[in-house]
Amino acid sequence: MDVRDLVGEAFAGMLARPVRSALTTLGTVLGITTLVITLGVAATAGNQIVGRFDELVATAITVEVPESKHTPLVAWDAIDRLTRLRGVVSAAAVAENKDSVNLSVRSNDLVDPTRVTAQTLTVLAATPGLPEAARGRMTRGRFFDTGHIERADRVAVLGEQAAKMLGVTRLDRAPAIFIGRNAYTVIGIMGDLRRERDLSAAVIVPPSVGRQFGLRDVTRVLVNTSLGAADLVAGQAPTALSPGNGDALQVIAPPSPTRARDQAQDDVDALFLILGLVSLVVGAVGIANVTLVTVMERVAEIGLRRSLGAARRHIAAQFLLESTLTGLAGGVIGASVGVVGIVAISAAKEWTPLLDVWLAVAAPVAGAVVGLLAGLYPALRAARMEPVDALR
Amino acid sequence: MPEPVIELDRVRKDFPSRPPVRALADVSLRVDPGDYVAVIGPSGSGKSTLLNVLGLLDRPTSGSYRLDGTETTELADGARTRLRGRRIGFVFQSFHLLAHRTVVENVMLAEIYGDHARKGRRERALAALERVGLGHRVGFLPDRLSGGERQRAAIARALMGEPSLLLCDEPTGNLDSRNTEAVLDLFDELREHGLTILVITHEQEVSGRAARRVRITDGVLVEEA
Repeated sequence: MDVRDLVGEAFAGMLARPVRSALTTLGTVLGITTLVITLGVAATAGNQIVGRFDELVATAITVEVPESKHTPLVAWDAIDRLTRLRGVVSAAAVAENKDSVNLSVRSNDLVDPTRVTAQTLTVLAATPGLPEAARGRMTRGRFFDTGHIERADRVAVLGEQAAKMLGVTRLDRAPAIFIGRNAYTVIGIMGDLRRERDLSAAVIVPPSVGRQFGLRDVTRVLVNTSLGAADLVAGQAPTALSPGNGDALQVIAPPSPTRARDQAQDDVDALFLILGLVSLVVGAVGIANVTLVTVMERVAEIGLRRSLGAARRHIAAQFLLESTLTGLAGGVIGASVGVVGIVAISAAKEWTPLLDVWLAVAAPVAGAVVGLLAGLYPALRAARMEPVDALR
Repeated sequence: MPEPVIELDRVRKDFPSRPPVRALADVSLRVDPGDYVAVIGPSGSGKSTLLNVLGLLDRPTSGSYRLDGTETTELADGARTRLRGRRIGFVFQSFHLLAHRTVVENVMLAEIYGDHARKGRRERALAALERVGLGHRVGFLPDRLSGGERQRAAIARALMGEPSLLLCDEPTGNLDSRNTEAVLDLFDELREHGLTILVITHEQEVSGRAARRVRITDGVLVEEA
């Protein structure tokens, strides 16, 4: 028997009842659609979540420096060694302790009983790179530089929130604030922080000035890396900051991107994969059922074919091919609907759809396999039929 | 002397039941090329069993059946199927045309099993339809044809592949007298061209047209004058 004849007969058999065949494929269509959408959306969403990490979190590293009784673990000038590392975009050292967080700060020396002039604010010492390291900008004025630090100038930079609380709105008259008894000139206001937002309510002074408030040692280092360098820099930072004592530093690095992607996929996949597989099984049972009914209906046809010289294997092959083609049709439709679904979901969520080519190829194949498996038993029943009984 | 088409020698067929049923009791029959034989008998006489044995659809319990000189009772299933497809054309009472295929497609179906060339199949089918006088109905679906036309289409299908034997099971059982007449005329014509025809029937009208009549009663075959 010519293969083309076999294919022709299978197609004719399937198209003899188009509505029934279409309904038969429905289960497979649902199953394949679910699987394709699940896998596609998981891949798309996974990629998306990584994209968001990239933007904010994936490049931010914080190094916590524990207190040390003797020599400081991290010297103030160690920050220069850190910024020389490849992949470091900006870095700043910050000193803060439990005494400095509750200092009384006033914007003038008058005692006005009708107003609350003294605010309890956090005072920090920091290196000049802080605005970049906190991913903010100077909304007014400027940050202090190494010159201020070396001369131990009594200058201060206010966080946006702190400036508002103290009533400092303009800098052209060089306003002063009082921390304790001493006056400090406000030279800048820092705002729009996207990292370490609590700095917004702080008063920042040069390290050389901070000693007066007990801010002797670096307690925290903020590092920003270029994209993808976070893992590497996180490994190198402790050694750069504190050669010999790197182990004592605590590095808080973002989760590595691959892990983030895996996690995202795992969460979405598990449930829907099961759902898709269940639909596929239901689809297979549907095909098996309908093919079996079809075999019973076409007993006379089977008898006729046997009388025309068809061997059992010819009968089996025809019914097997019919169910396989039904499954394949379901797979093709399911893959198409699934791809459209992924694109639609991505469009609604404003994501970039991520389509695996193998998914589009494998889905129809999976449908065909489902049809093939579903057709095994009915085809066997058809082939086993005795021509005498079939023609009766 | 030419080889007989059918040569049955003491063929016996028992069906295992309680008590066992003997459907064919030592039947011997010889049909030569060009013969037109009618097998007549009441229902339950063993007619259908004889047809199944002759059509290689069933194996006899004992005895020998030579078709065109080939001993068939020893053959494996596959070889019997091939022999059936090549040598025997079946005509059924209920036509067995596929409802969703046109007349010519139904006729072409006879050649898809076995080693026939695909090339020229349609032409051969059209020729077979022309032979049975259905040249004007080739593109029709079976349900648009009259009963007689359907049976002629089925005969055209049986004639594809030049069988040595046309085996007909009550070919006019579903037809009115006018259509019966047309089918019987066709048998006469085919027989004149040398085809061997064996018709199983219980209708007097059909058996009357045959050159030879054998009667089967309770599994016993008797030649009628």
